[in-house]
Amino acid sequence: MIWKEILIRYGELSTKGRNKMDFIRRLRENIRHAFADLGHLHIRTERDRMFIAIQNEIQMNALLEGLPKIFGIQSFSPVAACEKDIEAMKKLAITIMDTFKNEQLTFKVEVKRTDKTFPLESHAIQREIGGYVLPNYKNLSVKVKNPDIELRVEVRHDATYMMAQVIPGAGGMPVGSNGKSLLMLSGGIDSPVAGYLMMKRGVRLEAIHFFSPPYTSQNSLEKVKVLANELTKFGASIRLHVIPFTEIQVLIKEKVPSNVSMTTTRRMMLKVADKVREEIDALAIVTGESLGQVASQTLESLTAINAVTNTPILRPLISTDKLEIINIAEKIGTYETSIQPFEDCCTIFTPASPKTKPKLEKVEHYESFSDFDELIERAVKNREVYIFPKKEQETDKFADLL
Amino acid sequence: MEVKTIYLDNSATTKPLKEVMQAFMVVNEQYYANPASIHAMGVEANNLLRRAREQVADILQTEAKNVLFTSGGTESNNTAILGLARSNTHKGKHIITTEIEHPSVLESVKQLEKEGFEVEYLPVDQNGVISLDDLRAKVRKDTILVSIMHVNNEMGAIQPIFEAAKIIHNMSRAAFHVDAVQSFGKLPLAFNHEDGPDCISISGHKIHGFKGSGVLAFRTHMKWQPYALGGGQEYGLRSGTVAVPQAVALSKAARIAVESRVDQEKKYRKWHDEICLQLREYGEAVHILSTPQGAAHILSFSIRDLKGEVIINAMQKRQVIVSTSSACSSKQTKTSHVVEALKLDEHFKKGVIRLSFGAYLSDEDIAKFKEVLNEVLMELKGE
Repeated sequence: MIWKEILIRYGELSTKGRNKMDFIRRLRENIRHAFADLGHLHIRTERDRMFIAIQNEIQMNALLEGLPKIFGIQSFSPVAACEKDIEAMKKLAITIMDTFKNEQLTFKVEVKRTDKTFPLESHAIQREIGGYVLPNYKNLSVKVKNPDIELRVEVRHDATYMMAQVIPGAGGMPVGSNGKSLLMLSGGIDSPVAGYLMMKRGVRLEAIHFFSPPYTSQNSLEKVKVLANELTKFGASIRLHVIPFTEIQVLIKEKVPSNVSMTTTRRMMLKVADKVREEIDALAIVTGESLGQVASQTLESLTAINAVTNTPILRPLISTDKLEIINIAEKIGTYETSIQPFEDCCTIFTPASPKTKPKLEKVEHYESFSDFDELIERAVKNREVYIFPKKEQETDKFADLL
Repeated sequence: MEVKTIYLDNSATTKPLKEVMQAFMVVNEQYYANPASIHAMGVEANNLLRRAREQVADILQTEAKNVLFTSGGTESNNTAILGLARSNTHKGKHIITTEIEHPSVLESVKQLEKEGFEVEYLPVDQNGVISLDDLRAKVRKDTILVSIMHVNNEMGAIQPIFEAAKIIHNMSRAAFHVDAVQSFGKLPLAFNHEDGPDCISISGHKIHGFKGSGVLAFRTHMKWQPYALGGGQEYGLRSGTVAVPQAVALSKAARIAVESRVDQEKKYRKWHDEICLQLREYGEAVHILSTPQGAAHILSFSIRDLKGEVIINAMQKRQVIVSTSSACSSKQTKTSHVVEALKLDEHFKKGVIRLSFGAYLSDEDIAKFKEVLNEVLMELKGE
C-alpha cells in the first residue's frame, strides 16, 4: 500500500484564537471516538493540520468513508510515501495522478525539500516529476497559477511524501466544542435535521422524546431510536430520554378546551424538557420548529409555548422551507426513517381546528384548574434512557435466513 | 438399486438448494405476517423483507429502493419493457432489441408494435453475438428503450452489454434493459460499472431458488404507470402482498450463487471443454452451437439429421436429462427463433440439444454423461 497518512485541514477553528488547542483536542477525540473500531489511531496534531497514520487498507477505506461526516474538518488528503529516490518518486506520482485520469484538468507540481541532503534541488525534482507525469496523462495540462490539482511532493528525512487529492470535509466545528443541548426529537422529518445542524456548530446533543402508549405505537418509538442512532454518525454519542407522556396528555384532553389543547401539550413538553435539561447540565433546548409550518409554529403559538421557560430555545430551522429541510434530511440519511407512517405524539391528540393565535393568558387560565406539576415530576422521574450508538450489536436473528 | 438421475437442464430450472428451502420454511413458519401490517409481527416481517432487499441491492450495487421483487423473469421482463416504453413516449417510440431474446421480451415488444411503437431487431452472427456497429447504426435520438439479453438461454452466447451500454448512453436517452436471467450468478454483473445496464431482470429458480420469484432492479430510480394496481406495495410499482418467503429465498440463493460463482465457473468450464472435445470426435455428424467465448454453464450442439426429441428420449432411458434448445420453445414443433437467427445448416436445425450445468452436478455425473452420450450416438448412428 502506498498510503502513509491522511492530512486533515481544520474547518473554521483555524480562526478561533484562544480556544484553538481545545478545539483541536476535541476534534482528535471525536475522530478517535468515531473510528474506535479501527483500534488505536496514531494522530499527530499541528497548528493548522492534523495527520492520521495509516497502517493498512481497512483503516484507509474506513477513514475515507467516515471522515467526510466529522464536523470540524475543512478538507483532507490521502498522503502517499516512497523512498527518497527520484525513480520511485516518479512512479508514485503516476499512481497518485491515476485518480484524475478521467477529467480534463490543469495541474502543477509543488516541491518542498526538507531534507537538504537529497541530491536534486526542489526545482529539478519539480521538472523531473512534472516531465514524467505529463506525457502519461493527456488530460492534464500545466498551469502554475490556480491549477485544479497540485501534486505536492515533500522530501522529508525519513521518506518522500506525496499527495494531490483534496476531499471536502463536513465543515462546521467539532461536536462538543460548543456545549451541550437537549434536542426535542419527535420522529418527524424536521427534528433530526435540527439536531444535525446544531451538531455541525459543535453542539453535543442529548435527545428527548415523548411516548404515549397505547396511543402511540412501539414502532414510533423504535423509529425515534433509529433516528437518534443515525445522528451519532456525525461524531458523538447521544443519550435519548424517553418520557412517559400518556398521563399528561389524557389530563390535557380532559381539562383543556380542544382548540388550545395543542398549545398546552407543547407547553407541558417544554416544561418536562426543561427539567431534564437541568438534570443533564445542558444549556439550551433545540427544536425543529419552522415558522408557520403548522398551527403550533406560528409566532403567537411559539410565544405562548415559550412562556414556560427562560432557557434559550434554539430553532435552527425557523426560517427554512419544508423542501429545504427535506433536502438536508435526504442528504444526512434520516428522511427514509422519518417518513415511516407511525402515529407519534403530535398526530394522535391533534384537535380538528387548533388555534393558530392562542392567547397566553387564556391558555394559562385553562391550565390553572389542573395540577400538572406533579405529573411532570413523575414523567421526568420515570423516563427511560437509551444510549447510542449501541455498544453491542444485537444478535442478528435474520442472518441464518439470508 | 435406484440409479441417480443426472439432471443437465439447469437453464430450464434448477433444484432449490437445501439451505434455501430451509430458510423458506422458517420464514413461512415464523415470519408469515403481512409486511404491510403495522402490528409487531408485520413490522418484523417487513424488517426481514428489508434485509432481503438490501442484500440483493448490495449484490447488484444499487440501493434497496431500486430492487423490486416480482414473480420471475417473465414478469420482470414484461414490466421493464412495457412499463419503460409506455411511460417514455414523450421522448420517442423507437425500441431496439435482438432476434435471440427470450419470448417474454419478444412478445412484449410485439405488443408494443401493435400499440404503434417502432421496433428494430439486431441480428446475430454464427456465434450468437450481436454486432456493436449494427447497434450504433440503429440507435437514434428518439430511441427510448434497448433490451439485450446478457446470456442467451439456448446456446450461451454472451452479449457485449457494457460496450453496448456505452453506445446507447452516448447516442440516446434510451433506458437499457438487460435480461440477466441466464447470467446472474454466472457472470459478474452489477450496476457499479460506469457503462452498464439501467435495469436488469433476474429469476430465482435459475439460481437454485424458487419458481415464482424474481427481481427487477434499477441503477437509479425509475417510475412508470404500474399494471398491478392495489395497495401500492413495492413502491407502488407492483401492488399485491409481498411474498416475503420468496424474497428471502431469492436473496439467499443469490448470495450463495455470487459467492460460489468463481469456483462453479471453473468447474463448468472444465466440463464444457471436456464434452466439446468428445463431441469433436464425431466429426461432421455433430455441430457445436456454443462457443468457448460463451457462458460456461450452457453447451448446445446438434446432431446431423436427427430430431432433438429422439436424443432426449434415448438419454432419458439412461437416467440422463437433457433438453432441446429451450424449455419454453421445446414444446413447439417449429424451429426455435434462436436457431433460425443463427442461420444453422438445414441438417442441424432439428437436432439441437442443450446441456446446462448446475450446483448439484459432480465430476462423476459428467463422466457418466459422457459415457451415455457415446452410447446413444453410437446406437442412433446404427453402429
